[in-house]
Amino acid sequence: MSKVISVSQLHKKYGHTQAVDGLDLEIEQGEIFALLGPNGAGKTTTVEILEGFRDRDSGDVKVLGFDPATKGSAGQGWRDRIGIVLQSTQDAGDLTVYESVSHFATYYKNPKDARDVIELVGLTEKSDALGRTLSGGQRRRLDVALGIIGSPELIFLDEPTTGFDPEARRAFWNLIRTLRNEGATIVLTTHYLDEAEALADRVAVIIKGQIVEIAPPAELGGRATSLATISWRDGAQVCSEKSANPTERVTELAAQFGGEIPELSIKRASLEDIYLEMIGGHDE
Amino acid sequence: MNKPTAISIGIQRGKLEIKQFMRQRESVVFTMLFPLILLAIFGSVFSNTIADGVTFSQYFVAGMIASGLVNTGFQQLAIMIPLERDFGTLKRLRGTPMPASSYFLGKAILVTVSMLVQVALLLAAGVAFFGVNLPQSADKWLLLAALLILGSACSTVLGIAFSNVPKSGRGASAVVSPVVIVLQFFSGVFFVFSDLPQWMQQVAAIFPLKWMTQGARSVFLPDSFATREVAGNWETGRTFAIITTWLVLGLIWAIRSFKWERD
Repeated sequence: MSKVISVSQLHKKYGHTQAVDGLDLEIEQGEIFALLGPNGAGKTTTVEILEGFRDRDSGDVKVLGFDPATKGSAGQGWRDRIGIVLQSTQDAGDLTVYESVSHFATYYKNPKDARDVIELVGLTEKSDALGRTLSGGQRRRLDVALGIIGSPELIFLDEPTTGFDPEARRAFWNLIRTLRNEGATIVLTTHYLDEAEALADRVAVIIKGQIVEIAPPAELGGRATSLATISWRDGAQVCSEKSANPTERVTELAAQFGGEIPELSIKRASLEDIYLEMIGGHDE
Repeated sequence: MNKPTAISIGIQRGKLEIKQFMRQRESVVFTMLFPLILLAIFGSVFSNTIADGVTFSQYFVAGMIASGLVNTGFQQLAIMIPLERDFGTLKRLRGTPMPASSYFLGKAILVTVSMLVQVALLLAAGVAFFGVNLPQSADKWLLLAALLILGSACSTVLGIAFSNVPKSGRGASAVVSPVVIVLQFFSGVFFVFSDLPQWMQQVAAIFPLKWMTQGARSVFLPDSFATREVAGNWETGRTFAIITTWLVLGLIWAIRSFKWERD
């Protein structure tokens, strides 16, 4: 049982809209998995079904070996093992960071130490500040602290770095890597492709309620084997050509220039290029 | 470490609810001081006596204690819970192993504590400034205790149930407050109930506040006043039966309709 999440033929309809339309997905233990897709593609619906917030119409879903649609108190043992960081919340404004985190610790069988978690998310200096006095980025880190206080095996992060400055994002990515290194599996939804590229072991692209591809970020859409673009300067002229064998072409050019090639660059399609191409035909 | 129980988590939530309540100055003022302000106004305006040995203040304190059950339970929760739904508090809690019953226990603790503080403030102010007489017999105090416990429970479950009615947290106060104020007028909180038009009395008799008010009068007014009630006596049995019925109906309604997030 190394599959933390397995989903097959998941369907969910709202009125006449088929939000999720036969989606299959498997997520392995210990990976950071990113779900990408345009708004309305079924990302949020899928994640909410996995989190047990939403019922499905049909399909098999197992999260940590448990069906998230199970009703009643049977789900409490399962909830003890997962952590959920939702999008924008603004609750608990009248409690301090420490009060919120230490209170949430009482819900779990094996909570982490509240002070350690606050330190981990970088809020130690704000421990005694009320929730409503925190900045957007600090607020988000409090959300993460509340999501991980129960030592979860599986963490859902919904657009965790929206509104962060670049420095805070880097710090946040390191935090996510730390959690993974401690053994947690992480499921991330994001609109930032550089975030997916920096963090994820694998990404899935959801379009119209189905997964069109699952691959490591470097391989998505045939990226690893796609043509590379080589450009350089030859006198006053900037030259550029696409090549399937860039190394060979560069060796030739090096011989031609007798050493250093002026302003040489070799680029492959970015994750964003590939992604936009994938959703291009589907964007409504 | 041992698995936390629904009750131990509920008690933790109760403490947290009280802490949060105390830090919101507006809600402290509105919930706790407003009834005192009303008592001061009505007690000063109507200095007449209603019957032998029954001042208006004495009558009014009984009504305000019953109102206190509605304010601290029904009104407070039916305004607070829609806000928590909008803010994502409820959805976040749903995603944790916290049992739903712990959340409701926390709310019940908040209601009980704020209700007790409110009743104590009303009685203290009434005795100190408006010559209100406290009940003299142990029987009356027991009756008061039973009324507060049952009435508070009833008000709590109805507040939780009604929290699904307002469409948004911001609009909740505008939906809930008029309901409470109209019920207060109809139920004989501000006026002598038997002086109200008959249709108003009949409408009020459907809802629990009229019975809580009547029950409170049976505690704070002399038994000789019972003949001035519409039925000619205190109807204690019927009072408890009707409040209990609303408690059960409210419980079913609350359990069936409660939503953790806005649709």
